[in-house]
Amino acid sequence: MSTRNIGDVILKVDNIDLSFGVMKVLDNISFDVRQGEIRSIIGPNGAGKSSLLNVINGFYHPQQGTITFKGDTRKQMAPHVAASHGIARTFQNIALFKGMSTLDNIMTGRNLKMKTNLFWQALHIGPARAEELENREAAERIIDFLDIQAIRKKPVGKLPYGLQKRVELGRALAAEPELLLLDEPMAGMNSEEKEDMCRFIIDVNDEFGTTITLIEHDMGVVMDLSDRVLVLDYGKQLADGIPDEVRNNQSVIDAYLGVPHE
Amino acid sequence: MIYRETGQFKSSYQADQALFPIKQDRYVILGILIVTFAIVPMLLNQYWLNAIMLPFLIYSLAALGLNILTGYCGQVSLGTGGFMAVGAFSVYKLMIAFPELGFIPLVLISGFITAAVGTLFGLPSLRIKGFYLAVATLAAQFFLVWLFNKVGWFYNYNASGMINSPPMTVFGVIITGPEGDMHGKYYLVAAFVAVFALAAKNIARGRIGRNWMAIRDMDIAAELIGVRPLIAKLSAFAVSSFYIGMAGALYFAVWLGSAEPTEAFDINQSFLVLFMIIIGGLGSVLGSFLGAGFLVLMPILLKNIMVDGLGTDAALAAHIEIITVGVLIIGFLIVEPHGLARLWRIAKEKMRLWPFPH
Ligand SMILES: Nc1ncnc2c1ncn2[C@@H]1O[C@H](COP(=O)(O)OP(=O)(O)OP(=O)(O)O)[C@@H](O)[C@H]1O
Ligand SMILES: [Mg+2]
Repeated sequence: MSTRNIGDVILKVDNIDLSFGVMKVLDNISFDVRQGEIRSIIGPNGAGKSSLLNVINGFYHPQQGTITFKGDTRKQMAPHVAASHGIARTFQNIALFKGMSTLDNIMTGRNLKMKTNLFWQALHIGPARAEELENREAAERIIDFLDIQAIRKKPVGKLPYGLQKRVELGRALAAEPELLLLDEPMAGMNSEEKEDMCRFIIDVNDEFGTTITLIEHDMGVVMDLSDRVLVLDYGKQLADGIPDEVRNNQSVIDAYLGVPHE
Repeated sequence: MIYRETGQFKSSYQADQALFPIKQDRYVILGILIVTFAIVPMLLNQYWLNAIMLPFLIYSLAALGLNILTGYCGQVSLGTGGFMAVGAFSVYKLMIAFPELGFIPLVLISGFITAAVGTLFGLPSLRIKGFYLAVATLAAQFFLVWLFNKVGWFYNYNASGMINSPPMTVFGVIITGPEGDMHGKYYLVAAFVAVFALAAKNIARGRIGRNWMAIRDMDIAAELIGVRPLIAKLSAFAVSSFYIGMAGALYFAVWLGSAEPTEAFDINQSFLVLFMIIIGGLGSVLGSFLGAGFLVLMPILLKNIMVDGLGTDAALAAHIEIITVGVLIIGFLIVEPHGLARLWRIAKEKMRLWPFPH
């Protein structure tokens, strides 16, 4: 990780409150993500990690607080605005387009890069054809990067779980995002698949300079990869800092050891 | 014919991107075009063109339209009959008001009018899904047929409530109404279907088709990668209705020659076209043709075999037809949702695995 340089704050989340009915899922959460860093969010099950990602890319609308992405401050994001401003993500429970091939899933990840209208597309000549080829090449670069050439034309619904996770990463990468949100990309993988996924995450961050926000339960992975770690517990912010600080934080240790809440 | 992919390496994405990447596929398409435009009109007499080929082609166009909406974009519709009526009544009014524009442009305009109407009735899809959307489109079906029955302006206050197609020519040949030339009709409809099947295939494999399928498969994820559900769903309604509207226009003006809304465009039409895409294959251009061909041919075959061949009672034969369709629908829905098109693909794969010596 020698060549990496961490830049200015790209995403800043301030005082976010999110409730569903009477249940407070996020309670006054504030944190930031710097350009180029790998920023992890950890916490026990139900802590509100996925909900926080959902707030960032506009799927959940918080009752309080603001989200500042690349200098624009908003009370909430619209999903397509988040997408067009360069935020992409993967999901805890794979959310691929199951009836489509690997290639088509990845090509769909590039839909915002494509502009030709229905008329040209129906004829599939001129600009539509050029655009399709250009984006196909970009999609193929991702397929090579993730080493999934062999499943290019396979419907993703039939692929094994580990490969589906990989394709989903590919679909997110296809958008060439500035901020990539990964929700438990290694959950349910065996150790070999985990190693591959770790390498991809490091490479994406290293080679493309993509900023990454990662939710992960495997502490070894988190402590290895992350620049900074945010710890949530029952919607509250428990700790925030570099891995060593977080690791030695008493309330974090308590939360993970299951010390009862007072 | 030997169907092999082996040995055909694509040297570029351009070649891989081709509409029919496998050489044999291209020969098949060429063969189909030759059969359609040269052999069929030579072999089949007027009776067969009228009884089989025209309804087959026109229903294929309608099935393509519904497949775009339901098969590709995942929005169920029971409004097909109503949208065909919009196409039919549009072309009727246009043929009377602007005959000088020519028949082909009028059919296209009728398609655009139906696209607008279809988009309007597609608005509920932004809030409701599945069964509830089906009910909403059912409302469109009943409303439209009621409208064309009720408002005299649509049928020019004809005492019978029917619309009759005035004779119109394309390249000097009459192709509408009862005086129309059967071969002329056939060529015209076949040309429409060929052009728009190709267009559908192109749209389906590009950005717009992928966005439709993304909405179909996982709308939330689609939205989070930048697909706008509003645009994707309404564009599917628009393109779908455009196809169905043209099908309705050809159905009335070229094939039937005259029509009465309650009979020609009732809910049974909606179900028939839906059954075509279920049997043929959801989300498949080829499937639209297979389904239409199957459901147009099957009643004729059954009748020929049972009534004319075995001497079965005609009413019984009709019942058997309904039962057969019902069983097939259930069978396909449970066992093979991708329909006949999928069976064809499996057969092709088998042939690839066992290349016959040559
Ligand atoms: N749409 C929703 N409606 C109601 N409650 C929700 C919703 N989304 C999340 N929650 C609740 O919010 C809490 C936090 O959920 P969240 O998925 O963010 O947790 P998490 O930290 O990602 O947990 P895990 O490690 O299990 O993935 C849970 O109690 C969950 O039931
Ligand atoms: Mg979660």
